[in-house]
Amino acid sequence: MNSLILVTATRILMPMLLLLSAFLLLRGHNEPGGGFIGGLVAASTFILHCFAHGPEETRKLLRIQPGYVVAIGLLLAMASGCLSLMSGMPFMTGLWGDLNLGGGQHLPVGTPVIFDIGVYLVVIGAMLEIVLTLAEEE
Amino acid sequence: MIALSVVSGFVLALTAPLLLRLFHHRTGWILALLPIALTVFYAGHVGPVSSGLTFYESHVWVAALGIHFSFLLDGLSLVFSLLIAGIGTLIVIYSGGYLHGTTELGRFYMYILAFMASMLGLVLASNFITLFIFWELTSLTSYLLIGFEHRRASAREAALQALLVTGIGGLVLLAGFLLIGQVAGTLEMAELLTRPQGLGGNSLYVPILILVLVGAFTKSAQTPFHFWLPSAMEGPTPVSAFLHSATMVKAGVYLLLRMTPVLGGTELWQILLTTFGGVTMVLGAAMALFQTDLKRLLAYTTVNGLGMLVFLTGLPSRAGITAALVFLVTHALYKGSLFLTAGVVDHETGTRDIRQLRGLYTQMPLVTVAALLAALSMAGLPPLLGFIAKESIYEATWHLSRWTLAGTAAAVTANMMLFAAAGLFVLRPFFGRSGTADHHDHHPIPISLWLGPLVLAVMGLLGGLLPGLVDGSVISPGVSAVLQTTADIHLSLFHGITPMLGLSALTVILGAALYGLHPKLSRWVARRSGWARFGPAAWYEHGLGAVKHLAEWQTLVLQSGHLHIYILIILLATMGGVGATLILREGLVVDWQPDSVRVYEIIVVILMLVAALVTIRSDSRLSAIVAVGVVGYGMALLFIDFGAPDLAMTQFIIETMTVILFALIIYHLPKYRSICSRAQRVRNALVAVAGGGLMTLLLLIALTVQRGSRLADFFKENSLISAHGRNIVNVIIVDFRGMDTLGEITVLAIAGAGVYTLLKLRLEGRNR
Repeated sequence: MNSLILVTATRILMPMLLLLSAFLLLRGHNEPGGGFIGGLVAASTFILHCFAHGPEETRKLLRIQPGYVVAIGLLLAMASGCLSLMSGMPFMTGLWGDLNLGGGQHLPVGTPVIFDIGVYLVVIGAMLEIVLTLAEEE
Repeated sequence: MIALSVVSGFVLALTAPLLLRLFHHRTGWILALLPIALTVFYAGHVGPVSSGLTFYESHVWVAALGIHFSFLLDGLSLVFSLLIAGIGTLIVIYSGGYLHGTTELGRFYMYILAFMASMLGLVLASNFITLFIFWELTSLTSYLLIGFEHRRASAREAALQALLVTGIGGLVLLAGFLLIGQVAGTLEMAELLTRPQGLGGNSLYVPILILVLVGAFTKSAQTPFHFWLPSAMEGPTPVSAFLHSATMVKAGVYLLLRMTPVLGGTELWQILLTTFGGVTMVLGAAMALFQTDLKRLLAYTTVNGLGMLVFLTGLPSRAGITAALVFLVTHALYKGSLFLTAGVVDHETGTRDIRQLRGLYTQMPLVTVAALLAALSMAGLPPLLGFIAKESIYEATWHLSRWTLAGTAAAVTANMMLFAAAGLFVLRPFFGRSGTADHHDHHPIPISLWLGPLVLAVMGLLGGLLPGLVDGSVISPGVSAVLQTTADIHLSLFHGITPMLGLSALTVILGAALYGLHPKLSRWVARRSGWARFGPAAWYEHGLGAVKHLAEWQTLVLQSGHLHIYILIILLATMGGVGATLILREGLVVDWQPDSVRVYEIIVVILMLVAALVTIRSDSRLSAIVAVGVVGYGMALLFIDFGAPDLAMTQFIIETMTVILFALIIYHLPKYRSICSRAQRVRNALVAVAGGGLMTLLLLIALTVQRGSRLADFFKENSLISAHGRNIVNVIIVDFRGMDTLGEITVLAIAGAGVYTLLKLRLEGRNR
């Protein structure tokens, strides 16, 4: 698949799609979005790259094996649940803090956000693991 | 302190391999310091306990379920703890000499110390769940120890057999414990024992009793479960001495004694215990006579001893319990000593075959003394403790209010055969004229090897000469704890001329005659060795075979390798489960008032229906996949229409991903063709329609039920306040139902790893 159009389009689309995925992930708590959707979008970005350049190039671009991404995601999700254990509350109780952004702006930050990032990473990793391996079959 | 005395063994077990590196061949002596300390610790309780005190200790575990890490040290647990820690000391020292040079000695020390700690936990536990856990731990450590020489297939099989029999028994026991907990309202033994009334009158008494007895009988090798014990002799000899004669197999007896105030005293209890115990003791002694392997001979006499203990526990009198406790201590002492002796013989001569061993006394004088004293105790001759035990047994059977003759006859028969077995063990192997087997490598036997058997045997002698050492300190408190009264037992070697003395004399005469007849008898038995195929060991083999066949059969049925069969099974199972629940729980109430349906909704639905029809009628894979995609996109449109942008987004991306995945594999798939016959297609259609219909029905019912649910309101109210999020869907996913999500992403991770592994395996297979 050596399509000039695809390669060019990918170069422009990739950063935007990745930004979109991060955007979806972060806004998920208040607006439509979230780790699952964000992860799918990010995974499709890399799949697009895979179609344009081949799975080897995508693996080089990723630098890290998808399996590790899955593992890190799962660990993050687990760890976010364990934080509350340390303060004597049941597993996965949401803990919230307030981040002062200055100028009267406040951003609540909590363990569910870390959990969502974990979900995001697991989705990216698992999808890429499947798709890249399938692509290498050819 | 009691909990610490239990846990310390586990801690030492973990460090044992490390200590072995530091202390090499002296490790056994170092490790023995803990069991010695424990023995002293428990011995320190003898005074207070014999004056009537009990020690109770409880630590929080799962308080909400009534499960505590609690321990009870009373007369009964004291006897057992002393035996376990005391014999444990000698076993640890002995193991260092016996397994000297074994590369995996560290592993062995680890297992045996862990076993000792589990066993202490078992006899000291007060909470039923704690007791059960230690019970299973002894089964597990027993498995590891029997299979210690895991390179031999026979050792592995024996280990598995013991684990299956005692493990299944343990699970049955757990059911019994839970029933007791339900009936009595407590899982604490200490509390249950103080109640004046047992559970004898309860409507669930019979099931409880049977469940507990199965647990106790499997562990204590009662007929018909006795067969695992002789097989367990595959383990190294210190293991046989410690686990499979002196301690672990007595766990069942311990439980029966412990439960006597709770479950005992009824007619059923007496009948079951005396019958099973009586059969086991006679059968075990009879089988012992025809073994040629020293260890197997001892194993069967252990079966006999365990049967005797169960039999005595079942007798409806104080004399029965007294005899049980005296015999318990006696048996542990002489049997431990005999096993260790057999181990030395095996270690020094390389054989355990009675027919080959002759004149060992010149080679190992101290061991011979131990063997002789222990065998005299087993034979029940004065002035050893075994004689007092035998007198107590006859005392118990002679004074029975009914079935006196049957009970006494069974006891005499068993003891007479035991007498002959003791002769077989000690006379010819140790004192027979040295003829065939001559061993030239006469080197002194290390102290670690002779110390254990000699100490145990001498204790049997001391107990016989000075019964005052044991009766007040351990026997009386033990009997008091079992009967929950104050018992003051006095033992003595000579009671005067009583019927019991007559029975003892009769036992000796009959036993000597049996020993004389033994060569003839064993030839007769040898000709009938084929009978084994009707025994319980054969039942076990058949049972295990049947389970394997069943597993094979159901795997063939369920794992056919055809995707459509898998889907069929999944659909049918789901429909069965959901349908049954719907009908049984909710009833098929559909109270659905259609709201106004908009035109474009109808258009989307029609589109989806057409696409679905195209999917099943299409001739090519590509068009089928595209048509399925249309159904999915239609669904996403409906989601948007109903105000669920999150779901719609996910649906869109998933549909896209499906097409991508399909594009990747389309060239690898075989030609698209119909593989089903017409009848199968009709069946599939029926299942599909039924599945879809059920789903529709379920959704409609859900709509009805949901009107009464407060869940949606709860989520709406609390999403922003307590979870800091306005997107309820996402808050549910990551917070309210975060646990579900954690499970889902774990599944996703495993699925990814599964696909990766399967494909990589295939690729590597192709490259090879």
